[in-house]
Amino acid sequence: MTGAPVSTVPLSAALALGDDALVLSHRLGEWAGHAPVLEEEVALANIALDLLGQARTLLSLAGDEDELAYLREERAFRNVQLVEQPNGDFAHTIARQLYFATYQELLYGQLAAGDGPFAPLAAKAVKEVSYHRDHAEHWTLRLGDGTEESHRRMRAGLDDLWRFTGELFEPVDGLDVDWTALRDGWLTLVTKTVDQATLALPTGPQLGAWTAGAGRQGIHTEPFGRMIAEMQHLHRSHPGATW
Amino acid sequence: MVTAPTPLEEELRALAGSVPDPELPVITLAELGVLRGLHLVGPGRVEVELTPTYTGCPAIEAMSADIERVLHDHGIPEVEVRTVLSPPWTTDAISAEGRRKLEEFGVAPPRPTAARHEQHAGGPVLVQLAIRCPHCGSTDTTLLSRFSSTACKALRRCEACREPFDHFKEL
Repeated sequence: MTGAPVSTVPLSAALALGDDALVLSHRLGEWAGHAPVLEEEVALANIALDLLGQARTLLSLAGDEDELAYLREERAFRNVQLVEQPNGDFAHTIARQLYFATYQELLYGQLAAGDGPFAPLAAKAVKEVSYHRDHAEHWTLRLGDGTEESHRRMRAGLDDLWRFTGELFEPVDGLDVDWTALRDGWLTLVTKTVDQATLALPTGPQLGAWTAGAGRQGIHTEPFGRMIAEMQHLHRSHPGATW
Repeated sequence: MVTAPTPLEEELRALAGSVPDPELPVITLAELGVLRGLHLVGPGRVEVELTPTYTGCPAIEAMSADIERVLHDHGIPEVEVRTVLSPPWTTDAISAEGRRKLEEFGVAPPRPTAARHEQHAGGPVLVQLAIRCPHCGSTDTTLLSRFSSTACKALRRCEACREPFDHFKEL
């Protein structure tokens, strides 16, 4: 969709960014028909749509978007494990959104400031993602500083997903990014929101022994296989089907 | 291709720009500011540059089809609509007339983005400048949801007349 010639685009980076957006878009889409209130149903679907648009642009830089989305095997996906984690309850989804949207906004911000092949998409998408982060921050505050039950659930969501956050800062080949600055900026922002929400940042390791950068190398967690089976089923069963 | 547009190109551009937005049919593509260029690249061959409001905006396909149709009807057999991302579209590209029509339609128009602070990563920031109710004009309005019927709008309520309304978010 953009003017950058395919030959100048680092393939692994296009897949990493594109798969993050695609997989999270699919997970958020799973909320359709299940969200706690109508406004959130619409909000999560809108965030999913933004991410799908980003994924289409990014995967088109790497090849044929449909083939890449629907015909790759699990091990060929390069998304971080954080985005493939199941939705859980609403607080769990908000925790995933807080961790990821904060990261994605800072990452796109850096890419937009450069002149690499991803700059045009990043400059556009950073504005969209900033609304995703804002949405996640407000819900973190509302749930964390809400009832005893909402506080407990928000905390559980943050705790459960913490061990998938270290992978976000593993350098990706072909991306001109200051990863240390990205990590510091992310930690500052997330800490500020979590503190304000009367919660505490989890204290455990940000990486499991086996999860260090694993998603970027094509190693995924068990729920991911079931997710892509559902995502790819229609296209694989009825090749060339149109709406 | 920094040549001045020919009279025919100007005429065709006006035609393409007059196509109504598929989601908000009260305003045209020209007023929305998404039509970036139109070039006659050969006899009966036109290339149009269109920029999406949001990366995932599904209306872009309907817009392209509508532009192709209106130009075909005007005797141009070959129309290619290209999507361009850079520079990114911003709500500042909506014309004054477009804003007036949005408000008349019941959608609070976006505030100028110059009024926003730059925050940590260059995204838009929600400054608490008053947003006026398009129904009664009161500035006493509150945010109900950050995302409304489409990604580009937020849902608000007027505390004076109690009506809910859409606000075209700053981007």
